[in-house]
Amino acid sequence: MSFSIDQILRGDIPRVERPPAADPSLVPVRLRVNGQDHDLQLEPRVSLLDALREFIGLTGTKKGCNQGACGACTVLVEGERVNSCLTFAIMHQGKDITTIEGLGTPDALHPLQAAFIEHDGYQCGYCTPGQICSAVAMLKEVEHGDASHVTSDLMATDVQLTDEEIRERMSGNVCRCGAYLGIVDSIRAVYEQQKGQ
Amino acid sequence: MRTKEVGRPLDRVDGRLKVTGQARYTAEFPVEQVAYGVLVRSTIARGRILAYGTKAAEQTPGVLAVLTHENAPKRHPTKEFDPSDKEPSASPTTILVLNTDEVSWHGQPLVVVIAETLDQAEEAASLVRITYAPAEELAKLSMLDQKTEAFVPKKVLNEKPEVTQGNAEEALAAAPVKIDHTYTTPPYNHNPIEAHNTLAYWEGDDQLTVYDSTQYIFGVRKMLSEMFALKEENVRVVSAFVGGAFGSKGRAWPHVGLTAMAAKVVGRPVKIDLPRKDMFYMVGGRTPSEQRVALGADAEGKLQAVVHTGLTASSTSNTFAEHFSFVTRHLYASPNFLIQQKLVRLDMVPNTFMRAPGEGIGTFALESAMDELAYALNMDPIELRLRNEPEKDPTMHVPFSSRHLKECFALGAEKFGWHQRNPQPRGRREGPWLIGQGTASAFYPANKRSAEVKVKLSIDGTALLQSATHEMGTGTATVQAQNAADQLGLSVEKVRFEYGDSLLPKANGSYGSTTTITVGGAVELACEDLKRQLLRLAVKHPSSVLHEANYDDLEARDNGLFYKDNPTRGETYAVILAREGKENLEAQASFPPFLKEKLEEMAYSFQSFGAQFCEVRVHEETGEVLVSRWVGVYDCGTILNDKTARSQFLGSVTMGIGMALWEETHWDLRDGRIPNASLSEYHVPVAAGLPRIEVYSLGIPDPHTPLGAHGAGEIAVTGAAAAIANAVYHATGKRIRDLPITPDKLL
Repeated sequence: MSFSIDQILRGDIPRVERPPAADPSLVPVRLRVNGQDHDLQLEPRVSLLDALREFIGLTGTKKGCNQGACGACTVLVEGERVNSCLTFAIMHQGKDITTIEGLGTPDALHPLQAAFIEHDGYQCGYCTPGQICSAVAMLKEVEHGDASHVTSDLMATDVQLTDEEIRERMSGNVCRCGAYLGIVDSIRAVYEQQKGQ
Repeated sequence: MRTKEVGRPLDRVDGRLKVTGQARYTAEFPVEQVAYGVLVRSTIARGRILAYGTKAAEQTPGVLAVLTHENAPKRHPTKEFDPSDKEPSASPTTILVLNTDEVSWHGQPLVVVIAETLDQAEEAASLVRITYAPAEELAKLSMLDQKTEAFVPKKVLNEKPEVTQGNAEEALAAAPVKIDHTYTTPPYNHNPIEAHNTLAYWEGDDQLTVYDSTQYIFGVRKMLSEMFALKEENVRVVSAFVGGAFGSKGRAWPHVGLTAMAAKVVGRPVKIDLPRKDMFYMVGGRTPSEQRVALGADAEGKLQAVVHTGLTASSTSNTFAEHFSFVTRHLYASPNFLIQQKLVRLDMVPNTFMRAPGEGIGTFALESAMDELAYALNMDPIELRLRNEPEKDPTMHVPFSSRHLKECFALGAEKFGWHQRNPQPRGRREGPWLIGQGTASAFYPANKRSAEVKVKLSIDGTALLQSATHEMGTGTATVQAQNAADQLGLSVEKVRFEYGDSLLPKANGSYGSTTTITVGGAVELACEDLKRQLLRLAVKHPSSVLHEANYDDLEARDNGLFYKDNPTRGETYAVILAREGKENLEAQASFPPFLKEKLEEMAYSFQSFGAQFCEVRVHEETGEVLVSRWVGVYDCGTILNDKTARSQFLGSVTMGIGMALWEETHWDLRDGRIPNASLSEYHVPVAAGLPRIEVYSLGIPDPHTPLGAHGAGEIAVTGAAAAIANAVYHATGKRIRDLPITPDKLL
């Protein structure tokens, strides 16, 4: 139970699932997270966020406000961004859930993860997993031609991803360190890279 | 020639863990059998508790304990944080909640509910009922209503609350050009996205381990050791990854002691992760302030009188008088000064430091006033500032260790295109948008604290650096590895930095923009000690090329010590250590080295400077204000890492924009309730609505600080709100002296 600072700073802390409680009022819930099934015994009121963090032990998804105002808990459900604090775990059985841990690892970064490092799209790192998950889904929305509040031509199928568009579309994710410029630049870099391919 | 590591825009050394979700923040350690604590807040601001209704909570499935002042184990009183202590406790207050039936603020934690799961604890907490006897006298909740009770505190931080030079009021009356106004700022909350949280467990009766989201590990350790009568070394405090702090995590708020207490009661690890609402009620924020600034100048714009007085609030249980007047003590020359701070006591959560405390709100008043004076003089506001550059610190009467405010304005004006600006208010319009430009000085002290650093060099060419300092996104982990790499002539990949644990050598709290110099100085000293030890080992041997070398002839380079004047002549550390049969060598040092530092502190005024420029668009019909451009230039000495320092500046400007336009913690003056205690109603800046902020640093080393550096985490908050207020005036002709600048004030 005791962790050395060396272990902590190397990120060498195991993922531990909470052992199921012997409580007959709990219901079995199977969640597929990052391609792996997790069989849990949960109260139906447990949020997807708490199921991930407190039961499955995937702590990369963060709790910032627990009311959908900050976006730190953003995960992908069937590829779409969701505030995991605002939805119950039990509602997501049989769906593909992707968290920050499923996007990449320290040795095999997702392009957005690499871009956030290069452009310093973070400081403390706490909102970062939510920002990155949100950005992954946002780029898909753009690819799909979804309009935003600042899109001038709502009928156009090809969205021009200006800085203003990125800022608007990422404004559900609060960064109190104020790394927004790095976040915008990270997303732009990956967008340009993907467009070029 | 090898490139130096210091100055390089190196990626953060902890970056990969952060972007992949592998960095473990406080609430995320997988300790077995962890139970969850939830706190119940007071709903009155002042009074006594008559009775608790806890039965329903106790009967809720999963509940392990419900603690009130009637059944909670008694803890020992702790000393409030006192900046004049050598190693102050992190306690924000002397009140021990749950040791008393007294209620001192709305939101004070009164009950701790501990349960198997978070949902069970939350449900049970919602069922607790408390009956109160509210105080007969009305709770004191409005600073301005309590003005008659305001008093001059004994000290403002470690300085005098008053500075008078000459006769400022007389000089003001006699000055041909003058302005005299009152500026007010509201309460603000830090709102780091990682809430304050604590995870605690006991081993036996006298070994306590606490994971805590703190920016002051040893202050937390001190507070807990006092509270539970433990030896300090029996308390381990870990704070490795911190999800933002901004000053709030410099204090251990009541939940920290309560978590440790709860863990003791239930005999299991307990964690309390404050809900966002509790972050407003149980974690102190920035004080409100009311400031008078009066400036009198001669016809050439030379200041003849500077008056900066006013008041801030603290709680009934703490004494922190936020130092809004400090900026005025150092920024401009004047023969006459009247500076005074007063304080009122309110029934509120204890206030605390928030990013750029003192100067954040002080520069709003002073730098707005300078703009008003510039208009009164019909003079360019930059010219006014340049005409009042002091030769020496105007109230300390010693030279500045380093001061380049003029250069900041020169570079900023050029980058911004300031000189194309038509100074006339309401001179530019695009449709319904009025466009204005404003500028202000930035100012923040370059203080130092204390830190110890241990460095261990191994024969394989790696170095381990250890110090219990903090990394809250500030870049410390990265820049100090760069620093040590240069001191030892290694590449940065060979340096590993361990921080964030009280088992490491002691360091002071990471606040006040002090960590870069403080830890940097200790790294420098420890590495020097190590290199001298290495040299002593080498000179013993006639066969060593360093046999006759003096320390000053050498430099650390290419994993060894080499002659400065003969780059190929020297020895690697591996050779020196191998000859001695040693695997490694260690050195430890403390900063500041007492005597030298004391003398230097008295001989100079250590301050950072900057120039803020912005453009705003104000919608004439709705009063909406948008910041459309920003240029900031800062004078913070040597920059250790362009990438991380730039982010500190960008983040500070962003917080300054929030302070100016959107942020305000509302207090219901009837009962102390905070109606906007959430991130949906307390508006922090988001990506939309911010411009592409441009920041520059002069990078001129301070000859009197370690590495020539200053801290860079707060300077860019200062002056930001004033620059915006000045730009809003330029756009609209309306002077807003009351933050935040919301549409209602412009219509």
